[in-house]
Amino acid sequence: MGRYIIRRLLQAIPVLLGATLLIYAVVFALPGDPIAALAGEKRIDPNIVAILREQYHLNDPFLVQYWYYITGLVGGDFGTTFSGVGVDEIIAGKFQVTINLAVTALVLEAVIGVGLGLFAALRRGRASDSLILASTLVLISVPTLVTGFVLQLLLGVKLKQAGVDLFPVAGISAGWRSYLLPGFVLAGMSIAYLTRLTRNSLVEIMRADYIRTAVAKGLPRSRVIGRHALRNALIPLITYLGADLGTLMGGAVITETIFNLPGIGGQLFSSVYLREQPVVVGIVTVLVLIYILANLVVDLLYAVLDPRIRYE
Amino acid sequence: MSETLIPAADRPEKPQDGGPARRPPRSASLWSDAWYDLRRRPLFIGSAALITVLIAMAAFPRLFSSVNPFDAATCRLEDTRLGMGAAHWFGTDNLGCDVYARTIHGARNSIVVGVSTTAVTALVGGMLGLIAGFTGGALDTLVSRLAEIFFAIPSILGALLILAVFRTGNVWTVMLAMAVLTWPMTYRIMRAAVITARSQDYVLAARALGASAWRIMSRHILPNAIAPVIVVATINLGYFIAAEAGLSFLGVGLRSPDISWGLMISDARERFLEAPWALLFPAAFLSVTVLAFIMLGDAVRDALDPKLR
Repeated sequence: MGRYIIRRLLQAIPVLLGATLLIYAVVFALPGDPIAALAGEKRIDPNIVAILREQYHLNDPFLVQYWYYITGLVGGDFGTTFSGVGVDEIIAGKFQVTINLAVTALVLEAVIGVGLGLFAALRRGRASDSLILASTLVLISVPTLVTGFVLQLLLGVKLKQAGVDLFPVAGISAGWRSYLLPGFVLAGMSIAYLTRLTRNSLVEIMRADYIRTAVAKGLPRSRVIGRHALRNALIPLITYLGADLGTLMGGAVITETIFNLPGIGGQLFSSVYLREQPVVVGIVTVLVLIYILANLVVDLLYAVLDPRIRYE
Repeated sequence: MSETLIPAADRPEKPQDGGPARRPPRSASLWSDAWYDLRRRPLFIGSAALITVLIAMAAFPRLFSSVNPFDAATCRLEDTRLGMGAAHWFGTDNLGCDVYARTIHGARNSIVVGVSTTAVTALVGGMLGLIAGFTGGALDTLVSRLAEIFFAIPSILGALLILAVFRTGNVWTVMLAMAVLTWPMTYRIMRAAVITARSQDYVLAARALGASAWRIMSRHILPNAIAPVIVVATINLGYFIAAEAGLSFLGVGLRSPDISWGLMISDARERFLEAPWALLFPAAFLSVTVLAFIMLGDAVRDALDPKLR
């Protein structure tokens, strides 16, 4: 087990290096001069420019600059922006918001998705099953851009006008409640997928011999479903949820824009235009790390859920 | 009308039995079987009809609307944010432009971006997957590592970055930005299918008969491995359309005077409460378009891969 984890982490290194190099190169290719952008419309003293360019290694070739960055990163140093603020300081707060949003989405997804899927599987072939399947198709197809605005209008504005102030329309001032509506919007498509996945995997399992045996030996229905069916159905669901955490965080930018949440999406946006290489690369690096770690955790969970799986 | 959509799935079957199967085929190939199955599926008929209308809208927007939204004279500032009515079916937007005409004309960009991105990712990912899966060894390792790197980068954020480098957003830069980050999806699927097909008896037989690597790949492996790629490509088409709208909404995709549903949503959001129609109509068209392609993908998957049903 320990060796397996180490091997997986070692395998992640080239992916991480490649991804950061790629992003670094893209930001390097961005048009405009960051030092000039710092000064805005004002003329800037050429001596200051020279000092700043030296300080931020801007005169060095691309690969040397990348080398400085990546060696710093290994030592836990995310670098500083051109205005001298530590990148870790900037992105920590933004990541907090995006993580809150993604985790809210993940919880909603797991509860609603598995719940609906279970419900549909137990009523297979009936009207409620067809209704759930049809609504997943719609949920998959409506982009977050659309669900975001429609739900903002219906639940944020109309409901508030009707006297029920449950869901704040924008910002994070209302604590965890601020994340409910954006979290649902972000989770929309995943909820639909998870519902389908749960239903299909349960329907298949309910036909298995060991379920028939469990029923035949007189176990109560709740135990057959909970201990025998659901536990075996969990493996694909966990895989999906684990892989989804990275996707949700990376895809949160549109939801964050609609609901005015100060997360990494907006930060990335402004940093791209200020050419703040370290911030942009830092954000993407952390996202790639989360993606890799989430996948590793999922693989390790397999062994917990299914004792037949062993890692050397 | 719906026949226009089928050639991709229908083609490989023809050389074998000469004509399209009309009767329930006895010893049918996967393709004729799938086509027979598809024609009877309400999901397929519905989505094909919708897509036909959308393609007509993209090709000949003038058939649907006599107003030319690219002509600035059709926007009248005194008509700002008019509600729905006889003169303006979907009302007018913040600049007094006709929302109906703009929505109709928005179909073209969405469909061009969706189709071109799908084609490029399917071609690039499919070719690489075919070659890497077939040859294996160092080339396979190299391409697979490369695919992993691109796959690990969040696609919307990555596309946002790439588009910031281009500075100009148009249909082709948006397509390129999305394709660069999404080809690994098709690559993985193609590679897995090719590796399964590679060790099948018919491939071994062809090899024993002295067929060249090229012939084995093109005549034996490709036709047997392409079905999952077609399925994923059709479903992805819908997502690419949604992603284009998202990027245009964020301000890095298509830009005015280009018309995009995402851009219309972005323009209308400031006055959403006063003039919801300017946002909701493009949003509805966007959703229906994505729905149509995903429904088509679902139907094609059910027909090509009965195991997944």
